[in-house]
Amino acid sequence: MTKVQNNKAWWLVLPVFLLVAFSAIIPMMTVVNYSVQDIFDQSSRYFVGADWFRQVLQDPRLHDSLLRQFIYSACVLLIEIPLGIGIALTMPTKGRWSSLCLIVMTIPLLIPFNVVGTIWQIFGRGDIGLLGWILNDVLGISYNYAANASDAWVTVLVIDVWHWTSLVALLCYSGLRAIPDVYYQAARIDRASNWAVFRHIQLPKMKSVLLIAVMLRFMDSFMIYTEPFVLTGGGPGNSTTFLSQTLTTMALGQFDLGPAAAFSLVYFLIILLVSWVFYTAMTHSEKN
Amino acid sequence: MEWMSWTLPTAIFFASIAAILVAMTAWELRSASIERRGFLPIATTRGDRLFIGLLGSAYLHLLVIGATSWNIWVASGLSLVWLLVVMRWG
Repeated sequence: MTKVQNNKAWWLVLPVFLLVAFSAIIPMMTVVNYSVQDIFDQSSRYFVGADWFRQVLQDPRLHDSLLRQFIYSACVLLIEIPLGIGIALTMPTKGRWSSLCLIVMTIPLLIPFNVVGTIWQIFGRGDIGLLGWILNDVLGISYNYAANASDAWVTVLVIDVWHWTSLVALLCYSGLRAIPDVYYQAARIDRASNWAVFRHIQLPKMKSVLLIAVMLRFMDSFMIYTEPFVLTGGGPGNSTTFLSQTLTTMALGQFDLGPAAAFSLVYFLIILLVSWVFYTAMTHSEKN
Repeated sequence: MEWMSWTLPTAIFFASIAAILVAMTAWELRSASIERRGFLPIATTRGDRLFIGLLGSAYLHLLVIGATSWNIWVASGLSLVWLLVVMRWG
């Protein structure tokens, strides 16, 4: 019997498509329109062609924050993905402890971004914060996120690791639980080492959840705004001013809507390219 | 529609994107695309190649605008060539 493909089911996607059209596609078209004009108000707007794009592409401030952003996202992925996999592998698999672990792991995920920023802002302070006090007065390490750029950097990174590693861990945990026991039995018969079990059974089976984890963490860390803004306002200097904060300053602080629109399109294209590369690399590697 | 601040070039741009999508759908219904391997390192369908072509064109425009002082039509011309090459041999 040949299987008949019925593509009529695609019509069921129509409501979602309409919703996305209103929430994303139409605003996006508006941004494109803004990016080629100098707009003062509805009646006085002037077509400027690619001038705004040229301006933002040659702006050294944006180059700096783009570079900072890439380093930050790379650090986030390099720390959170291996750490999340490691936690998922060591979590208890059944019984009361597994439930407790799951609940504890979920708690950071439930805390809103600005609250996380505030928690760490107080936690890290040298005078009243526990972490700052321990580092400065007990361990004798000079730590001040408000004055030292590398301290601020590490703090923003640690905040993200604290906030989101459990997402990676929970995704990996669910992937691990979906592996049937027979795979492990076969591995035991072959006397496979722990590393071989991880490399040839667990990692391939976690691939699809890892894909989701990598994409989510990349996109979220690439759009990070609240945590550095609450912690230091992007400082000291510009050391933790990432792309979204530069963009917000441009669009809302200086009201340069044209350059900000051009810049958000460049930003969008970067996210689109990197996400597509991740997706293609992870889905096509098994076919070849 | 006034709030969207349409201009003629952007309207033409989005209309052509929409026309391409409609045309691709019609083409797909007439003869379904078969995944194949061209000069790109991955096997692609027709839609994949369109996406790669359009994304490449966007970056080509950014490159020409940001790094050179050429006219933007140079970028558009190169993009058209790139799009056709990817669609045919990608």
